Amino acid sequence: MIKLDVNGKQHQLDVAPDTPLLWALRDTLHLTGTKYGCGQALCGACTVQVDGAPTRSCVTPVSAVAGRKITTIEAVNTDRVGKAVQDAWRKLDVVQCGYCQSGQIMSAVSLLRQNRTPSNDDIDNAMSGNLCRCATYVRIRAAIHEAAKTLA
Amino acid sequence: MNTIENLSRRRFLQGSAGLTLGFCLPALAAPVAGPGKAGVGVVGPIHFEPNAFLRIGTDNTVTVLSKHLEMGQGTYTGLATILADELDADWNTVRVEGAPADAKRYNNLFWGPAQGTGGSTAMANSWEQMRRAGAAGRAMLVSAAAIKWNVPAAEITVRDGVVSHAQSKRRARFGELAVDAATLPVPTELKLKDPKDFRLIGKQAKRKDSADKTNGQARFTQDVQLPGMLVAVVAHPPRFGATVKSFDARRAKAVKGVVDVVQIPQGVAVLASDTWSAKKGRDALSVSWDESQAFTLGSEEIFARYRELAKTPGLVAHQSGDADQAFGKAARVVRASYDFPYLAHAAMEPMNCVIRLGSDGCEVWNGEQMQTGDQYALAGLFGLKPEQVTIHMLYAGGSFGRRASSHSDYVLEAAQIVKAINGRAPVKLVWMREDDMRAGYYRPLFHHALEAALDDKGRLTGWRHRLVGQSIVAGTAFEKNLVKDGIDQVSVEGAANLPYAIPNMKVDLHTPKDIPVPVLWWRSVGSSHTAYSTETFLDQVAGAMGKDPVALRLALLSGHPRHAGVLKLAAEKAGWGTLKAGKPGERRGRGVAVHESFNSYVAQVAEVTVAKDGSIKVDRIVCAVDCGIAINPDNVRAQVQGAIGFALSAALHGEITLKEGRVEQGNFDGYPPLRIHEMPVVEVHIVPSAAAPSGIGEPGVPPAAPAVANAIAAATGKHLTRMPFNPAELAA
Repeated sequence: MIKLDVNGKQHQLDVAPDTPLLWALRDTLHLTGTKYGCGQALCGACTVQVDGAPTRSCVTPVSAVAGRKITTIEAVNTDRVGKAVQDAWRKLDVVQCGYCQSGQIMSAVSLLRQNRTPSNDDIDNAMSGNLCRCATYVRIRAAIHEAAKTLA
Repeated sequence: MNTIENLSRRRFLQGSAGLTLGFCLPALAAPVAGPGKAGVGVVGPIHFEPNAFLRIGTDNTVTVLSKHLEMGQGTYTGLATILADELDADWNTVRVEGAPADAKRYNNLFWGPAQGTGGSTAMANSWEQMRRAGAAGRAMLVSAAAIKWNVPAAEITVRDGVVSHAQSKRRARFGELAVDAATLPVPTELKLKDPKDFRLIGKQAKRKDSADKTNGQARFTQDVQLPGMLVAVVAHPPRFGATVKSFDARRAKAVKGVVDVVQIPQGVAVLASDTWSAKKGRDALSVSWDESQAFTLGSEEIFARYRELAKTPGLVAHQSGDADQAFGKAARVVRASYDFPYLAHAAMEPMNCVIRLGSDGCEVWNGEQMQTGDQYALAGLFGLKPEQVTIHMLYAGGSFGRRASSHSDYVLEAAQIVKAINGRAPVKLVWMREDDMRAGYYRPLFHHALEAALDDKGRLTGWRHRLVGQSIVAGTAFEKNLVKDGIDQVSVEGAANLPYAIPNMKVDLHTPKDIPVPVLWWRSVGSSHTAYSTETFLDQVAGAMGKDPVALRLALLSGHPRHAGVLKLAAEKAGWGTLKAGKPGERRGRGVAVHESFNSYVAQVAEVTVAKDGSIKVDRIVCAVDCGIAINPDNVRAQVQGAIGFALSAALHGEITLKEGRVEQGNFDGYPPLRIHEMPVVEVHIVPSAAAPSGIGEPGVPPAAPAVANAIAAATGKHLTRMPFNPAELAA
């Protein structure tokens, strides 16, 4: 049994310790907002926050995050930064297919928690691990600036 | 957790009566075309088909049924915008639901009797249909109010979901009239709005899927959970054409969670209670493959064959004037040849499909892009009638053509697994990224050879263009409409219809039939390579003629005002001719390209900086687009922004290569899409138009790579003829 703290709720999971957090979230806890894209931390679609830090859940075994505070897209709006990012994404209609956007938002929230006035270069550095095949990058940049503005 | 209910998105009508419109629409003489080409001019049969696109609930909810897939292109929002405008609905009460699979009601009017999404046709084929659906609903609500209030219908107005009669000061929300309206006859004569009265079309209508795609609630195929469902991960053959010789499942079955291992025509499937167990089981399988019939050539060998073929005449796809004579008399001939690799779609959601077999049919959950084709394919496999195949169309996490498989490839793979276990459980087929990238169905590898003849006065008198590449539509249901006299129209689109006024032209094509690598439409299809070769070659010709690339194009486009219109606009907005120099050691350049695809016209001006080591930075792309009436201008901008990023992925990085028949790439390390730091500034300018809407999902792709290549040539003097670009060629 593995104990997971996800979005403030405690769970006991009967999964193999090497199971990536991604699949525990999706298949066991049915939190399907976190996406599978590559399985090798190359695309960022699976990004969640572990103790606030952006983490690729597809290569993170559940055993490594037992007892730590995990936040997924489903609870991203429970704090001010997360809500601001989500609102900015909606205001600017960033999404296209939407599949990568949970990961994009989780990475953007982590960036803005560290840096309330990110430059374009800061954004590129923080977000370059998150692929978007629809290439919504122009709007991702704009939405992060927009969220920063509302948080100022 | 009842996810099926969520998936079918039928919650809104629970316990509420309402108005469902099922009405006949006057026939539209629909040109027949496939995903590769909208409106190739063949007039199809006249239809009198019932259609059902609108439901109004007593809770005022207006539900628009989308016959087309939402795979990112804003289709749900666009279709709803058209209908809601004619209905005079309150946009905030409009929601969109994926329509069921039913070619009788929901066929793509450009494809004849087939339902499906592709070829940038969703808005174009639905434009009048959705307007009429909205207008019919509005007329019925007005009639219901006129009867209820006993006032003349002509005195009633409708706005933002409210029906009003000013004189009697009566008003009602749509929901209050829905039950009465449902009892009325569907009007046969409809008055559509004067475009000046549009309140949503051409304005800013916010996307309907933004909320669910930013909180984790949007449902993709990957997210489907059904009671008792098994997840299948498949061991696929290492080469195209290889088959299973034998396999040992003992280690796979020892993995906790694995419940079965079955052989299917596509490989060996491991079924488990969850995805990770299925993947571990698949990786633990030991399979011996029969590769006696497998394809074993590499990309370089295919290119070598194609270059040889290009030395001989192909089938003529276009001929005007006498090109051979023009070349005989030429004072100077410019030549170039081009190589284009296989390209994977690499949608962020790898292919997947859920199928449940019941006693009287089967149910499919899929990011469904080819309803009718998939219904027939599954019916054939299961011994059902096509209408016994129910399809739940979910959001697709990208497609770019991949889910429009005219071979139903991954859908049939899921079905074969269900069949192999006798339908005893619903199955979710999940492809890992490597399965997706190595499965084929690529943009075909192409070789082009171009020649231009200049006469003794330096005038462009002749143009010859030879293309070599596999056919996408051969052997599919699209062949009948899209292969003419042996020419696959999607192989030569953008080349055979080159708009430039060159007096003598010849375009011919070789279609090798001995390369079994599966190929498919890839965002912008033939134009993904023809725009590159024609537009970069024209810049080489302009150089030889000593002409400015914009001025030469405009001179050759006198008969094509929409091409010329976007070209002028893009050049003007970009400040053509006023490029800022780079820092010391940097080479800067600007380039232009213009191309029509899917009846939309796009010009782009690219600015690049090339470093000493040859590395390329695309700084800015200014784009002008004429897509007829822009139903949602913000979405037009979004699609062009995204299309440019998609095109740059291919130009800068994209290449699927075969070595001895094996695909060398497997994941995003070997096949890297563009990342955010590589995305240029993009400006999009929309030409005001009263023409009917044409495509926008694809047309932004074709001009980007040639505009960038022309900018690189302007900066470095080097014309790149192989994609993806090789920075080593540009080192100073």
